[in-house]
Amino acid sequence: MYRQAKHDRRLIMEKDGSSDFDVPFSDDLQGLEDFAPAGMLRESLDLPSLPEREVVKHYVNLSQMNFSVDNGLYPLGSCTMKFNPKYADVLASLPTVAGLHPYQDEDSVQGALRLLHDLELALCEVSGMDAVTLQPAAGAHGEFTGMLLAKAYHAKSQEPRTQVVVPDSAHGTNPSSAAMAGFEVIEIPSGEDGCVDLEALRAAVGERTAALMITNPNTLGIFESQIREIAKVVHEAGALLYYDGANLNAVMGRTSPGAMDFDIVHFNLHKTFATPHGGGGPGAGPVGVRERLVPFLPVPRIVQREGRYRLDYDRPDSIGTVRSFYGNFAVLVRAYSYILRKGADGLQEASERAVLNSNYLKRRLAPSYPAKYKELRKHEFVVSCKRLKEERGVRALDVGKRLLDYGYHAPTIYFPALVEEALMIEPTETETRETLDQFAEAMLRIAGEDPELVRSAPHNASVRRVDEVFAAKEAILSYRAFKRRAAKSSPKG
Amino acid sequence: MKHAAEMLSELGLSSVDQLFEDVPREVRTNGLRLPRGMSEAEVLRHVRSMMAQNLCADDHPCFLGAGIYNHFVPSAVRTIVSRSEFITSYTPYQPEVSQGMLQALFEYQSYIAELTGLDAVNSSNYDASTALGEAASMCMRLNERKRFLVPEAMSWERKSVLRNYAAGPGIEVVEYSYDPYTGELDLEDLRSKATPGTSGIYVEVPNFLGVIDSHAPMLKQEFPDVALVVGANPVSLGALKAPGDYGADICIGEGQPLGMPMSFGGPLLGLFACRQEHVRKMPGRVIGMTRDAEGEKAYCMTLQTREQHIRRSKATSNICTNEALMAVAAAAYLSILGKEGLETLAKVNMARALKLQKLIGQLEEFDSPAFDAYHFNEFAVRTPVRPEKINKLLIKKGIIGGLPLHGHIRQLEDHMLLCATELTSDEDMERLVEALREVQ
Repeated sequence: MYRQAKHDRRLIMEKDGSSDFDVPFSDDLQGLEDFAPAGMLRESLDLPSLPEREVVKHYVNLSQMNFSVDNGLYPLGSCTMKFNPKYADVLASLPTVAGLHPYQDEDSVQGALRLLHDLELALCEVSGMDAVTLQPAAGAHGEFTGMLLAKAYHAKSQEPRTQVVVPDSAHGTNPSSAAMAGFEVIEIPSGEDGCVDLEALRAAVGERTAALMITNPNTLGIFESQIREIAKVVHEAGALLYYDGANLNAVMGRTSPGAMDFDIVHFNLHKTFATPHGGGGPGAGPVGVRERLVPFLPVPRIVQREGRYRLDYDRPDSIGTVRSFYGNFAVLVRAYSYILRKGADGLQEASERAVLNSNYLKRRLAPSYPAKYKELRKHEFVVSCKRLKEERGVRALDVGKRLLDYGYHAPTIYFPALVEEALMIEPTETETRETLDQFAEAMLRIAGEDPELVRSAPHNASVRRVDEVFAAKEAILSYRAFKRRAAKSSPKG
Repeated sequence: MKHAAEMLSELGLSSVDQLFEDVPREVRTNGLRLPRGMSEAEVLRHVRSMMAQNLCADDHPCFLGAGIYNHFVPSAVRTIVSRSEFITSYTPYQPEVSQGMLQALFEYQSYIAELTGLDAVNSSNYDASTALGEAASMCMRLNERKRFLVPEAMSWERKSVLRNYAAGPGIEVVEYSYDPYTGELDLEDLRSKATPGTSGIYVEVPNFLGVIDSHAPMLKQEFPDVALVVGANPVSLGALKAPGDYGADICIGEGQPLGMPMSFGGPLLGLFACRQEHVRKMPGRVIGMTRDAEGEKAYCMTLQTREQHIRRSKATSNICTNEALMAVAAAAYLSILGKEGLETLAKVNMARALKLQKLIGQLEEFDSPAFDAYHFNEFAVRTPVRPEKINKLLIKKGIIGGLPLHGHIRQLEDHMLLCATELTSDEDMERLVEALREVQ
């Protein structure tokens, strides 16, 4: 069985030593007798001081207490935790990539601009859109950008539309992004089949609707087969159709948001295009649009003429910018490299294999973990632990925690809310059948294990089950806050 | 695909096409019109040769700053953030197997808390500009007012991003001007704009012109009812007063100088800190200290009821994926520099910039510095010809010049912002000055 490392858990602030770092030119501080206005000088700086040897030891040991894709299966539904190829990391850290300043003159960054331009074109092809901006830093940031585009589009046609419709099964970011852009969010219930209910949709959309945000396949992993009817309802109401690209890994080459009649799309390059998730980021959330939305895209646009690339800021209808500069360049370089490596066939095969792995695993788990709704799924599926809970008192949370003992990351739990005691499983295309079989065996075994053993899991991780309620009650977010709290609770003397 | 046929047959299927039967015929596409795949060796060669067309700061003196800085990144930082376990994990949803990332992020939060003098820090925003947008919204949540004051002397990107974040909640963004002689904020103008409905005042220290504003420590006394948001360069905080110590309610900043390469402007690291009493109104993921079932110290994501996956349209922000790995880089960087290292680094940056300022000041045609004030590691210079023209000339000599300022602050025509860091050698400065001598 798996066993995670347990190292010294002291904070780096609690360790002692002396730094061996040399700052260049520290012997030349001429003219600095007086360097800041009165009242602006720092009085104290309570930072640790340690030699490089101790710092490297500290963080390498911490890393060993962190489960990652490179350690094993990470079937976190909705997150597409596929393998991150290493050539992409090598290229992202080239000095000619890492050492570029964003304000450099265009003449000195022609290679970078060309890469961005080519990546935009490749993403247009995969999505069936007419233009792409690479600026947004993450999926949710892409959604926010998409909502700003929808707003600008309707404003231009003198139609102040104020509502955005989302299904109740949508990712939480959808309603949140729409609200941040100033829209009122209208949630519609899913139909009996877990898909968009056309009647509910018809009732919800109207002249105030700016957009419908959906993902296809949806969060149950089911392909919305009525997508053309959905698009028709939305477009006839004068609204736009927004594609949440979190699930794009299911369909590359087989269909595209463009073919499905979507108007705005965001990509998650850290999902579909294999860039590493970095423990929570950085990602990249480019946005693609149809022709009629192109004038509103963020500036600068990268334009090419006679083989020379240029940044174009002269776009009067543009929404402006959604972050500084051109996007998470190092992430974009990785995604571009992945697309080159895979090519047309490789990307399509990735989606096909992702769907095959998902359906295969779903079938293997069926004896103990039933999945409601229709049989065929795309790249992910959602099973229920309802029966397990009723019969053995074991919840989805417990199954997830017990999986950690077997050396697997847990699936996404309790999402979407449509499924009681949900486990959302996305194996991705990069796992072998052997891995899937082993994972299925572990899952089936857990269903029959002593319920107490499962409820008290994990047993083999660096720590036992973590008290999240206590964390929220105390809200200690820094060592400073911790010391302050400790001083307050200990008797004065 | 190995085993595909067997796996399909277990599903009672005979072809991959059947896996896509639920995709209606009218929306199907027939493959992708992209080139064939390449071998790994070809990919490496292709991208390398494409990138060879760039001029990079490792090989050429670079005098650009303006928010993104060319600092030395210790090799150990790269080693640490290249660890598979950090780089290929995701948001620590399962704290029991993610203590490494969680502790590293808690340490990051602790470092930023110490630098800013504010106890509550999130585990990152995308960059300083989006952090500013989120700060404006947070000010509105703090006092339910909707007027947010920002300096005219600020990058256009930051202004544009702020406008986009402010539009949804209906926050009115108003600019206050700067003193044309000192480059500091114009206190009279700020007073006139801080009308009763004002929610927050944003001030940058150092500001976009590199100036360390002498008004910063008195703003909270001057405007006690308004939320004070300070934008800080974290390296400068090695020598300058912590914003929390002069009354900041929120401190944001660009964390890139803390051990991250410039990477053409991304990924970056949006710093976001606030007073402990405001913690439940802050945006973004936060890591909290707690305990496990056996009472051992542990860490987990906390205060998630503010976040999108629970609150949906009522969340404090939609942010989900953030810049966690960059936060780990910052923690590793600050650990390696330590207290003395960061203090020294801040001073060296000021000394290098001062040296460059004086060297350029000796050229008759250039007015250096253009503003009479204390500067951190950059300063504006008035140039005899358009700065773009100077930059083209410099590129021919293999020098990456400064930032033309009029694209950001319209009236600053013929002004260039020049930066020096601990990586700017005496020889780099001499090369620049020699080249500028030829400008007429």
